[in-house]
Amino acid sequence: MSGTETLTDLLSAETCEQIDAWVARFPEDRKRSAVIQSLMAAQEQNGGYLTTELMTAVALYLDIPPAWAYEVGSFYSLFHLKPTGRHKVAVCTNISCYLCGANELVTHIEKKLGISLGETTEDGRITLVQEEECLAGCVSAPMMIVNGHYHEHLTTDKVDQIIDSLE
Amino acid sequence: MSDVAEKPVVETVTIEVDGISMDVPKGAMIIEATDRAGIHIPRFCYHPKLSIAANCRMCLVDVEKAPKPLPACATPVMDGMKVYTRSHRAVSAQQNVMEFLLINHPLDCPICDQGGECELQDISIGHGHSVSRYVDRKRSVKDENLGALISTEMTRCIHCTRCVRFLDEIAGTNELGGMGRGDHTFISTYVGRSIDSELSGNIIDLCPVGALTNKPFRFRARSWEMRAAPSISSHDAVGSNIVYHRQRGRILRAVPAANEAVNENWLSDRDRWGFHGIYSDDRITQPEMKNDRHWQKCGWPTAIKAAADTLSGVDASEIGFLVSAQNSNENLYSAQKLARSLGCHNIDHRIRQIDFVDDQSRVLTASLGGSIASLASADAILIIGANIRHDQPILGHRVRQASHAGAAISVINPYDYPHNFDLAAEVICKPSLMVSELAAVARSLGMTAKGALGKLIKDSRENEASTRIAKSLKSGERGRVLLGQNALGHANASALRALATLICQATGASYGELPAFANAAGAMMMGVLPHREAGMAVSSQRGQNVSEMINGSLKVIVIDGFEPTLDCLQAAGLQQALSQAEQVIVISPYVTDAIREVATLILPSLTFLETGGSLVNAAGQWQSRAAASKPDGDGKDSWKIYKVIADQLKLEGFDYQGIGDLREEISGLDVETVMGKIDPVITLPVVSADNTLELQCDYGMVSSDPIVRRSDHLQKTSHASLAAVRLNPLDAERLGVVREETVRLNGELLVAAIMDENQPEGSLGCPMGVEALSPLTAHVSVAVEADA
Repeated sequence: MSGTETLTDLLSAETCEQIDAWVARFPEDRKRSAVIQSLMAAQEQNGGYLTTELMTAVALYLDIPPAWAYEVGSFYSLFHLKPTGRHKVAVCTNISCYLCGANELVTHIEKKLGISLGETTEDGRITLVQEEECLAGCVSAPMMIVNGHYHEHLTTDKVDQIIDSLE
Repeated sequence: MSDVAEKPVVETVTIEVDGISMDVPKGAMIIEATDRAGIHIPRFCYHPKLSIAANCRMCLVDVEKAPKPLPACATPVMDGMKVYTRSHRAVSAQQNVMEFLLINHPLDCPICDQGGECELQDISIGHGHSVSRYVDRKRSVKDENLGALISTEMTRCIHCTRCVRFLDEIAGTNELGGMGRGDHTFISTYVGRSIDSELSGNIIDLCPVGALTNKPFRFRARSWEMRAAPSISSHDAVGSNIVYHRQRGRILRAVPAANEAVNENWLSDRDRWGFHGIYSDDRITQPEMKNDRHWQKCGWPTAIKAAADTLSGVDASEIGFLVSAQNSNENLYSAQKLARSLGCHNIDHRIRQIDFVDDQSRVLTASLGGSIASLASADAILIIGANIRHDQPILGHRVRQASHAGAAISVINPYDYPHNFDLAAEVICKPSLMVSELAAVARSLGMTAKGALGKLIKDSRENEASTRIAKSLKSGERGRVLLGQNALGHANASALRALATLICQATGASYGELPAFANAAGAMMMGVLPHREAGMAVSSQRGQNVSEMINGSLKVIVIDGFEPTLDCLQAAGLQQALSQAEQVIVISPYVTDAIREVATLILPSLTFLETGGSLVNAAGQWQSRAAASKPDGDGKDSWKIYKVIADQLKLEGFDYQGIGDLREEISGLDVETVMGKIDPVITLPVVSADNTLELQCDYGMVSSDPIVRRSDHLQKTSHASLAAVRLNPLDAERLGVVREETVRLNGELLVAAIMDENQPEGSLGCPMGVEALSPLTAHVSVAVEADA
């Protein structure tokens, strides 16, 4: 493939370092195992979302077929394929949270921010993550994850408080 | 070397399926046992040649003591297991899965190409509910353009992932993936590219629904409207078993016929879509004669008389026959019989060979050196001068199988072809250096030899790659050395062959060749050689080989089954010889301006799809076929043409009533094995001058014969050869050629040039089968300059 070199150049030295560290944890012929963490590093580098080029670059860097990176990148809700806001708010809507009122929470947040699930506020402050899957916090449902941090036993007041505190 | 792997003792367990007791190999899945016993279990994702995914859940069966239905494709048998495939629990599980699978399926069968041969349709009728309880909106999926060959309707996809697994596991190109998740999953390349695997068409056969269908065949016919014509494909030396589907005599599509010993259940794209080339506009339907520079159509009697007069009008030693080995045994045998009955020994089929000096001293073979299946169980393979994936796609797949089983594969190539298997060693160098690189392998093995061969080995330098190749072949018990088109058509092919033979002797590896044409092995056996008669018997008189005919001064030349300016590796020389000859008889299914320019008489023949015949593939398997299609016009099979010419000349031995008589005569042949000498005659490489580049000619996958070159659909793929020479960027810089421009070759020919890092320094890549580049074949090395 022509332009291969320029594509891997998309990855910063820091990202490459992180990828190398993950690759080192797996057997030599199992570089595919590092694909999730490598995509995470690339997403981090890119300000919170992945582009097709970045996923291709990760695949080439790991020496795996690009399709494998696209499969993973498009599968997990923790990967974003469109530009995101500064903060990512992901309300779990799976069964336990749903039974404990997650849908009402989502409606509340949508109304509060004036956006629907999957959208970003105009000022680029918050992205409301589409269809977050179970985050294994059922015991304290309903819950949501904000920038990687768990917030449990949610109520509308609590949600307001958390969201208002986001810069 | 044994072709058949030793059969290990198989441990079996006894299970009971629907009350029938059976012994099954331990570790087998339930579905394998039931398939063998002829008990049908519905399935979509399971395929015996692919890994087990167990994601369609269609094959759920009831297993005694299991708390819920189990997938038959992923449940190993256990001793005493009782399986019920038609119990209430099994049937209702299957019905429910079917209902789920149909939730998002559009049920657009009336406008779906798969209709009538659809696994989803069949299984839905056999195992589904007649009504769906689903009332919500169905989802639709955006289509992708996968290229000129595969049509998509991804809304119909049921995510069995057979296509994904095929491209991962068999084709090795990993071009498709399951993107997204849950009910948003879609099968896609993700980036909207075409599928470029040389085996891509197989995903059409594998797709159980109408998501992936045959693009050129789209909306042409329903499966029940066509008749199946089993045949043997003739675009490579494998002879893939194929079935052509035709309607009113016209072939509309091709599908593979399973044959584990040949192509398994796969078909290369070239074999699948090559047939479109027989419907090209330049088919010739009636004989044509050149009268005073004007072409005139004439009837067969006139044409045959003219041909007979031409052949009897000169001394037999002044006639030459060049016959393509894409022809059947019957055609090849008749050609040499006519030639030899006339007293002419100038007959050859080796139009893709340049170096003939070892004709007398080498083992004459067009054989792989073992069966096709045995290639997959080789433990060390050295490929010399071949893009095996494109030259012989099915053999490329076998090499990949061997690689997966742990074989060490090495290549010595004049171009860095992309491989789909791991390489133990890779030598990419300009053509002349291939000889010294191979000699280095012999040296690493500690070999010596007499004469020129010995000097080659002594002068070579051992290197890391040569040591690794030597080691892999020596430690392997089932080693193979394969010479491809770039080795057989090499200017020093004799040296490469001799070195390869020597390496095989030292390592116990078996020597094999990958001939370009389907029936090269048959052509040798039929005696289409200047020094061997039918049955490979030594000829009483040695005739001229291809090179001698080209460089000699023959008065009459007969060309059968190929295009002189495109198919011959010495196209420019042949062109010259033809223009100097007094009479040129071209027997061809096609007529082009280039043919009209050199010919004096054109006799329309038929393609392999329109004639019956037998052929011998590179593994020595004799296969025969009947005509698959009815020809338009008045073309004749070339054995018939030879027969009537012989009758006209009152030659004896041509009183065949039909092809059966001819076949009987051929089957009576006692084929001799020809032994080679230990110290063969070889040519030595000539190193080119500094300011010139060595010509590296190769035939691309879809320019390899007259039929595929005319298949529009194949020509629309990424495999189509460009009318441009390839140049290493370093050479380009040295010669002052800037990116992507035209270059002047040898001070005259202007052609487009592309920069290609895979082209070794010092060589100029030249795609063959391209009219604009044919004049280049007159040279071994070419002076390149930027077009000022």
